[in-house]
Amino acid sequence: MDPLLLARAQFAANITFHILFPSITIALGWALMFFRSRWRRTKDSAWLAAYRFWTKVFALTFALGVVSGVTMSFQFGTNWPGFMERAGNVAGPLLGYEVLTAFFLEAGFLGIMLFGHGRVSERVHTFATFFVAFGTTVSAFWILVLNSWMQTPAGHEIVEGVFHVHSWAEVILNPSFPYRFTHVLLASGLTCAFLMAGVSAWQLLRGNAPAMAPKVLRVGLSSAALLIPVQIFVGDLHGLNTFDHQPQKVAAMEGVWQTQRGAPLLLFAWPDEETRSNRWEVGIPRGASLILTHDPDGEIQGLDEFKDRHPPVAPVFWAFRVMIGVGLLMLVVSWSGWWLGRRACWATPVVPRWMLWTLVAMTFSGWLATVAGWYVTEIGRQPYMVYGLLRVADVASNVPGSMIAFTLTLYVVLYLALLFAYVAVLKHMAEKAEDISPPVAEQRGLGGAAAMFPAPGGDRV
Amino acid sequence: MSFDQSLPLIFVALMGLSMLVYVLSDGYDLGVGMLLPRATDAEKDTMVASIGPFWDANETWLVLGVGILLIAFPKAHGLVLTELYLPVTLMLVGLVLRGVAFDFRVKAHDSHKAAWNGLFFGGSLLASMAQGWMLGRYVSGFGEGWNYPLFAAAIALTLPAAYVLLGAVWLVMKTEGELQAKAVAWAQQAWWPVVVGMVLISMATPWISETVRERWFELPQFIALMVIPATTAMALLVLRRVLPTRLVRGELCWLPFVLLLAVFALGFVGLGYSIYPYVVIDKLTIWQAASSPATLKVTLVGVCISVPAIVAYTIYSYRVFGGKATELHYG
Repeated sequence: MDPLLLARAQFAANITFHILFPSITIALGWALMFFRSRWRRTKDSAWLAAYRFWTKVFALTFALGVVSGVTMSFQFGTNWPGFMERAGNVAGPLLGYEVLTAFFLEAGFLGIMLFGHGRVSERVHTFATFFVAFGTTVSAFWILVLNSWMQTPAGHEIVEGVFHVHSWAEVILNPSFPYRFTHVLLASGLTCAFLMAGVSAWQLLRGNAPAMAPKVLRVGLSSAALLIPVQIFVGDLHGLNTFDHQPQKVAAMEGVWQTQRGAPLLLFAWPDEETRSNRWEVGIPRGASLILTHDPDGEIQGLDEFKDRHPPVAPVFWAFRVMIGVGLLMLVVSWSGWWLGRRACWATPVVPRWMLWTLVAMTFSGWLATVAGWYVTEIGRQPYMVYGLLRVADVASNVPGSMIAFTLTLYVVLYLALLFAYVAVLKHMAEKAEDISPPVAEQRGLGGAAAMFPAPGGDRV
Repeated sequence: MSFDQSLPLIFVALMGLSMLVYVLSDGYDLGVGMLLPRATDAEKDTMVASIGPFWDANETWLVLGVGILLIAFPKAHGLVLTELYLPVTLMLVGLVLRGVAFDFRVKAHDSHKAAWNGLFFGGSLLASMAQGWMLGRYVSGFGEGWNYPLFAAAIALTLPAAYVLLGAVWLVMKTEGELQAKAVAWAQQAWWPVVVGMVLISMATPWISETVRERWFELPQFIALMVIPATTAMALLVLRRVLPTRLVRGELCWLPFVLLLAVFALGFVGLGYSIYPYVVIDKLTIWQAASSPATLKVTLVGVCISVPAIVAYTIYSYRVFGGKATELHYG
C-alpha cells in the first residue's frame, strides 16, 4: 500500500483514539468543580457521591488521554518529519506552550485532586480541582490555535520554503480559530453531558446509587438541552467561516461538483470521484445556497474548480452528514428528556423507562459527533498540511510502507482493545457506584484533622 | 558567544534536564512495575499506591523532553525518530499498557485484576527495554554493522535492571515491614547485573564510537574526567554496603535512593560530555539542528514562566504525598 496513505491512517487512528478522552475530560473537569461546589453549598451527600464517582471516571479517562497524547508527540516526528522542519517556527512554540502551561498543570495537580482530599486543606483541594479543569481547557486552546492555523494560516511569511512568524497575534487569532475553539469546547460539553446522562440512566435502570443518579441525570440533561442549540448556531457560523476561507472543503461537504447557483441541500447522495458527479441525489432545492450565502440563488464554487487541490469527497460528505444527524438527534432527545424530567419534578424515576433506554443508547453519541466533525475538518484540509501552502506528501517520512503497516496494525489492535476495556470498566464502575451516607459525608467533607482518617468504604487505589 | 548563539545551548540543557528527570522519576515507576510479580497481592496494592500520585506527572517529563527536541531541534527530532521508528512504537505501546493498567487494575472486575497486573508488568518491561535499545542506538550514532545491535542489546538489558534497582530502593524509602525487607533483597539482587552491565557498556562505548573515545582519552582532561567514573563507583559501593544495614530499614531509608539518583545523574553527565556538541552524534551539531532564534526566544518566555512553577508544585506534591505510602482514596 501507499506509505503516505498508511502514515495518514496511522496518525488518524491515533488522533481519533486520543480525541475521545480529552473531549470528555475538558468538560468533566468543570462538571467536577460544579459537583464540588454543590456539595459545599448544600451539604447534600448525593453531590459528594457524584463528585467521588465522576472523579474516578475522570481519572480513568485522563489516563487514556495521557498515554495516547504521549504517542502523539512522537508521531509528529515519526510520520511527518518535514512538518516541523518547514513549519516548526509556528507549530513549535504553540506545541511547546501546550505542553508547558497546560499539560503540567493537569498532570501536576491531578495527583492532589484525585488522592489529596484529607491530605491538603479544602481550599487547596478546590484550587487543585480548578487548575485541572483550567489546564485541560488551556491545553485545548493551544492545540486548536495550531490546528486552526493549519486550516487558515495567517501571520507568517515564507522564506526559502520555511515559515517564519511575523505576528503572533495574527497566528493565534487566525480567521477560523474563534469559531473552531468555541465549537470544540461546546462539543466537549455535549459529549460529557450525554455521558453523564447515559451512565446515570443506566444506574437508574439498575437501581444503583438512587440518590446520586437522578441528580447527575438532571445535570446531564439540562446542560445538553442548553448547549445543543448554541452548538447548532456556532456550528453554522463555523461553516460560513469555512465557506469564506476553504471553499473546496464546503464543496466536498455539500457534494457540489460544478459551480452552481441555487445549489440543493443534499440529504442523501453517493459522490463518485470517477465520474465527478453524485449518484442517487435526494435534496432540498436551493437549500445549500440559502444556508451558505443567505440567498436561494447564491453561487457555490464547485469541486471542478479545484482539481488536484480538493479533498476526497465521499468521506467528507458522509462524515458531515453523520455529525449533523447526531446533532439533531441530540436536540430531540435532550429537549424531550428535559421536558419529561421537569414534568416529574426531577423526582425518581425522573423519566420513563423508554427515555432512560434512549439516553443509555446515546451515552457515546458525543464521541460519534466529535469524531465525525474532526473528519470533516481534517480530511477536508487534504491534500494540504498547511492549507494552500504545504502539501502532506512533501512532509512525509521515508519509513517503508511495510513497517508503517505493521505498527498501524499494532496500534489499531491496541486501541480497539483499550476502547473495549474502557467501556466495560465504565459499565462495571457505574454498577458498583453507591450513595454516601450523611455521617460518612460529614467526616469526609470537614477537611483538616477529621478528614485525616480514611473514610470507611472509601475506594482503595 | 552572542545571545542568539547561546539559545540552542540553553535548550539542549533544558532538554537534557527533562530527560534526566524523566529517567529518574519514571525510572522508579517502571522499576516498581517490573517488581510487581514478585510481591503478594496486598503488597502489590501498596507498591502501586507508592507511585499513584506521581506517574502522570513523571511521564509528562518525557513529553517535555521530546517536545523540546521537536520544537528546538526539529531536524534532529525527524532524524532520531525515523531511525528509532520501531523501538519508539514498542516503547509507546509499553507506556500505554502500563498507564492504563494502573487505572484499570483497581476499577475492573476483581477477577480481571491479575490480568491487568500482568499488563502492568509487561508494559513496564517493554517500555524499559525499548528505552535501553534506543539509548544504545542513539549513543552509537545509529551505526551499521554486527557490533552495533549487540551494543544496543546490552543496554536494552542493563537499563531495565537499573530501573528495577531504582524501583527497589524507592520501595525501601516508601514502605515498611515485610515489603521493605523484600525491597532490600530485590535491590541486592539487582545490584550485580547493573554493575556488570555498566562496566561492560563503559568499556564498549569508546570502542563503538571514535568521537566518544577522543573526547575521553586525551590528556589532560582524561585525569579530570576520571572523577565521574570514580564517584559513580564509590556511590555504587556505598549503596552495596549500606543496603543490609539496620539504618536503611529506619531513619536512613532515603539514602539508597539518593545514592542511586547520584549514579544516574553522573552517568547522564558522562553521556552529555560524550555527545556534546552534537545532538545526533557525528551527524548534527546543536547549532545545525536548532530552530530559528525567533522561535527559541518565544518558547523561552514560556519556559521561564512555567518551569519554575512546575518545579515548585512538583516539590509540593512530593511533600503532600511524602513519608511512607498509604492506601490512596479518591475524594
